[in-house]
Amino acid sequence: MNNILNEIGIENYIFLSVILFCIGVFGVLYRRNAIIVFMSIEIMLNAVNLLFVAFSTYHQDAQGQIFVFFSMAVAAAEVAVGLAILVSIFRNLGSIDINNLKNLKG
Amino acid sequence: MNTNLALLLLLAPFIGFLFNIFFGKSIGKTASGVIGTLMIVVSFIVTLYFFGAITAKPEGIHISLFDWIQISNFKVDFGFQFDQLSVLWLLFVTGIGSLIHMYSISYMHDDENMHKYFAYLNLFIFFMITLVIGSNLLVLFIGWEGVGLCSYLLIGFWHKNQEFNDAAKKAFIMNRIGDLGLLIGIFIIGSLFSTLDYATLKTAIAGATDLNMYWISAAAFALFIGACGKSAQIPLYTWLPDAMAGPTPVSALIHAATMVTAGIFMITRLNYLFDLAPDVQNIIAIVGAVTSLVAATIALVQTDIKKVLAYSTVSQLGLMFLALGLGAYEVAVFHVITHAFFKACLFLGSGSVIHALHGEQDMRKMGGLKKVMTITFVTFLISSLAISGIPPFSGFFSKDEILMVAFEHNKILWFIASLASLMTAFYMFRLLYLTFFKEFRGTAEQKSHLHESPTLITFPLIVLAILATLGGLISLPTNSWLNEYLAPLFTKVATEEHHFGTSEYMLMLVAVIGGLVGIGIAYSKYIKQNLVPEEDEKITGFAKVLYNKYYVDEIYDSLFVKSINGLSKFFRDNVETTLSSLVFGLGKVTNEIGFQGKKLQSGSIGFYLFAFVLGICAIITYLFLAQ
Repeated sequence: MNNILNEIGIENYIFLSVILFCIGVFGVLYRRNAIIVFMSIEIMLNAVNLLFVAFSTYHQDAQGQIFVFFSMAVAAAEVAVGLAILVSIFRNLGSIDINNLKNLKG
Repeated sequence: MNTNLALLLLLAPFIGFLFNIFFGKSIGKTASGVIGTLMIVVSFIVTLYFFGAITAKPEGIHISLFDWIQISNFKVDFGFQFDQLSVLWLLFVTGIGSLIHMYSISYMHDDENMHKYFAYLNLFIFFMITLVIGSNLLVLFIGWEGVGLCSYLLIGFWHKNQEFNDAAKKAFIMNRIGDLGLLIGIFIIGSLFSTLDYATLKTAIAGATDLNMYWISAAAFALFIGACGKSAQIPLYTWLPDAMAGPTPVSALIHAATMVTAGIFMITRLNYLFDLAPDVQNIIAIVGAVTSLVAATIALVQTDIKKVLAYSTVSQLGLMFLALGLGAYEVAVFHVITHAFFKACLFLGSGSVIHALHGEQDMRKMGGLKKVMTITFVTFLISSLAISGIPPFSGFFSKDEILMVAFEHNKILWFIASLASLMTAFYMFRLLYLTFFKEFRGTAEQKSHLHESPTLITFPLIVLAILATLGGLISLPTNSWLNEYLAPLFTKVATEEHHFGTSEYMLMLVAVIGGLVGIGIAYSKYIKQNLVPEEDEKITGFAKVLYNKYYVDEIYDSLFVKSINGLSKFFRDNVETTLSSLVFGLGKVTNEIGFQGKKLQSGSIGFYLFAFVLGICAIITYLFLAQ
């Protein structure tokens, strides 16, 4: 069987996924631009998707890949809603810097 | 036909109530009174019809209006039962009720709230009819509570006087204590037999083989407590003398002739139940005898004309309970009827006197009224003779039967009852002599206004005096129409015939002599020696104890009112402060947590996200460590 995992080991996928995830996390924590924060979240999502697919192949089980489709569909919907919210915020405040969004201060 | 007539009987007073409460003020005092009276007369006429119907059909008429409560096999229908007992009660409730309504038109004429008075009085008759004709205990209970309410409203009718309000509240609360007993009794019966209907209950008890005697006694005792409250027996009698705060016709109607006999009605109604509980019957007899004696002793020294009559009522009710306790239900009913006649007449007569004296109730300030108020005097004299048990007046026959029954069962009870009867004769004639004989002791101004009361007042007096004279005919010792009439109600196999021998005649003679002795003592004291009761502060010794009613009110006050007040104070000062500080403490803690926690809500999204990530890291770490 011509399995791609034979050429690149599973552990590399795991490392890549973890690295992507951490990039996402740090992106969320350090960036102030709401769109970049958003992109970071997408990176985290995709890191997880990658792991799903890798293990799916590793276990010779299609379930993981099927799950990824759902995950991507949900992510797309989330992006649509999230971006709409960002557009609305921009129209109201003239900026999408998350430091300015302090209306809910206790 | 019967259903419609029953509804007419019941609703006529209710319509009178509605009319008087809404339109009474605008149509004028007399008109409002006349309408109130006519409504009761309508009820009386319908009652006469039912009286005829029952005579023709001794097994009674049962009318079921609708199913009221139905829970699995427990069913209560809203129905009426016309039989000998309820019709008898209806006769004197509506009959005497009409007379007293008529009397009130004149008596209450100077009162600005006369329409309200008649509304309440009509409402009272409505509830009393409900109580009497209900076919089960729950309908009886509606009437029972309703008459209590009307009693409260009418005692406190002159509500600008705080003492009268207190008397009304006292009557209501005392009655509530009794009502609780009645309710408990009803619950026990309901759970024992799954029915509250008199007829069903009777067959259930007659057919049952394994009755739980313990619970039946408990039910009978609880019902007796209820009767004690309503019919003013020891220990719940103190409200009745205070109830004299109400207008005098009210005292005559509610607190002498009708409502206070409700307890006797209920016990007679459930005679088959009480027959099964001899212990409770003994208690009833003893309570009745003791009440009659205690109340009679208090009445000996009272100076308020209505108070004397009130204690006399308590005493007579005691005699009725004595008869009930001895299983002589028909005798108790007989005394209820004659008592309704002569006591209503006495109260109305005292009302006539009070009316003539413009509200004076102290006998020490009366006297000599015989010359001016001849009709009142004659009717009063007849009723006094009747209550003292002097033949041939009605009271002689009924009281004599009670004494005879008591003698058969227990000599001590007989002695107590005889003593009470002797005292009755004494205090009634003391009242009569002080009020109507000798010289007038009031002010000169009162004297110039003395007058005989108008016809509207004297007519009921005359009718009641005639009834008080002839009432005994319904149950002559050897040939008792009443006993035969009531026979279908009782489970006993026919009332044992009084074989009339020497001992019976001796007893009769003793009773009459007792009455005459009482009258004689009163005569020698208040006519021969010309005594007048002393001023309040000069009364000493045992008379003072009697005058202050054995200090029972004070004892109740310190025993119950004070202790409950103390308990309330304890709860308010200790328990409530503890509880509230606990609750307040919780509130304060929550508030403080919120106040501190609010600082976390900095509004900085970066911080939130950081906390978010940190939290997830913590959870993951925990999950790893947990494995």
